[in-house]
Amino acid sequence: MSTAWRLVRAFGLFWWDFIVGDDYTMAIAVVVGLGAVAALHAVKVTSWWSLPVIWAVAVAWSLRRATGPKPAGPEPAGPKP
Amino acid sequence: MSSAAVFLFLATFLACAVEAVEATTVVVAAGVTRGWRSSLQGVAAGIAVLAVIVAALGPAIASIPLSPLRLVVGALLLVFGLGWLRKAILRASGHKSLHDEDLLYKKHLEAARSAGGAPRHGIVHDGYAFTLACKAVVLEGLEVAFIVVTFGANAHDLPLAAIAAAAAIAVVVAIAFAVKGPLAKVPENTIKFVVGILLTSFGTFWGAEGAGARWPGSDASLAGLIPLVALFAVCAVGVLRGRRSEPAASAPTPAEAVA
Repeated sequence: MSTAWRLVRAFGLFWWDFIVGDDYTMAIAVVVGLGAVAALHAVKVTSWWSLPVIWAVAVAWSLRRATGPKPAGPEPAGPKP
Repeated sequence: MSSAAVFLFLATFLACAVEAVEATTVVVAAGVTRGWRSSLQGVAAGIAVLAVIVAALGPAIASIPLSPLRLVVGALLLVFGLGWLRKAILRASGHKSLHDEDLLYKKHLEAARSAGGAPRHGIVHDGYAFTLACKAVVLEGLEVAFIVVTFGANAHDLPLAAIAAAAAIAVVVAIAFAVKGPLAKVPENTIKFVVGILLTSFGTFWGAEGAGARWPGSDASLAGLIPLVALFAVCAVGVLRGRRSEPAASAPTPAEAVA
């Protein structure tokens, strides 16, 4: 692997890790939220409230997913830990 | 000093102090949680970028469009802040280990080493802290320069506006140094919880402004936004602790977890 490719890869991984992190829903919420602000602003509707509302819903959903019961599926084979 | 000069000084001082507080908050947050070395390197890089911009543009700096810059910096701060806030809520509610990041860092370091990647111990140790601090300094520094140019040009006294801005920055930085020591005594998870709240609040504020929103009360709305984000986080911790099904014997109480 060439040094240039390694640098490009490290740069790309840094930004991916920085923006997406370990939960992609946060990045999606920010993009959707900022889009909503821009859209409401374009049609001359008060827009500041939309970004916090959208990320709050996304965080709540993400937390629920992270802490809720795991979806039922077939029991894994082998002894239980 | 004439009353017009006093007014110019006070108006510039206060406006620049607000911007300096915003930048300093992000830098202190990055420094306390991620380490001072990379954060201060980010500050130095940000100041260097600012110096080049100001030297190259001079008074034309007032024509730089700040909205796209606010949008990009705000979006990045918000996405980073939300990630921290989410983890802080999970930790405080007992759904995540309190000290998992050191383990994660070691895992990434090992993965980078085994992949033959570039060593992490270059000039900048922590890219997160560096980037956060640098962006905050560039964005707020440009706003300070913008204020100095517009206020100073309107009052036909650019040097006085520049002195007022320098005084505001000096006062805010001195206060930040004064609170740095006491902050180091605050438990790590409390700091992380607060930093998540602050980054989310600033990111929401700047990002929405950059996308075109006008906050009620302008910068003063941050004083309402930060407590609201904190309230959301504390409520989420309460709800998640209630949902926790395992016996709470080994889990910290909400106060312990946040602390």
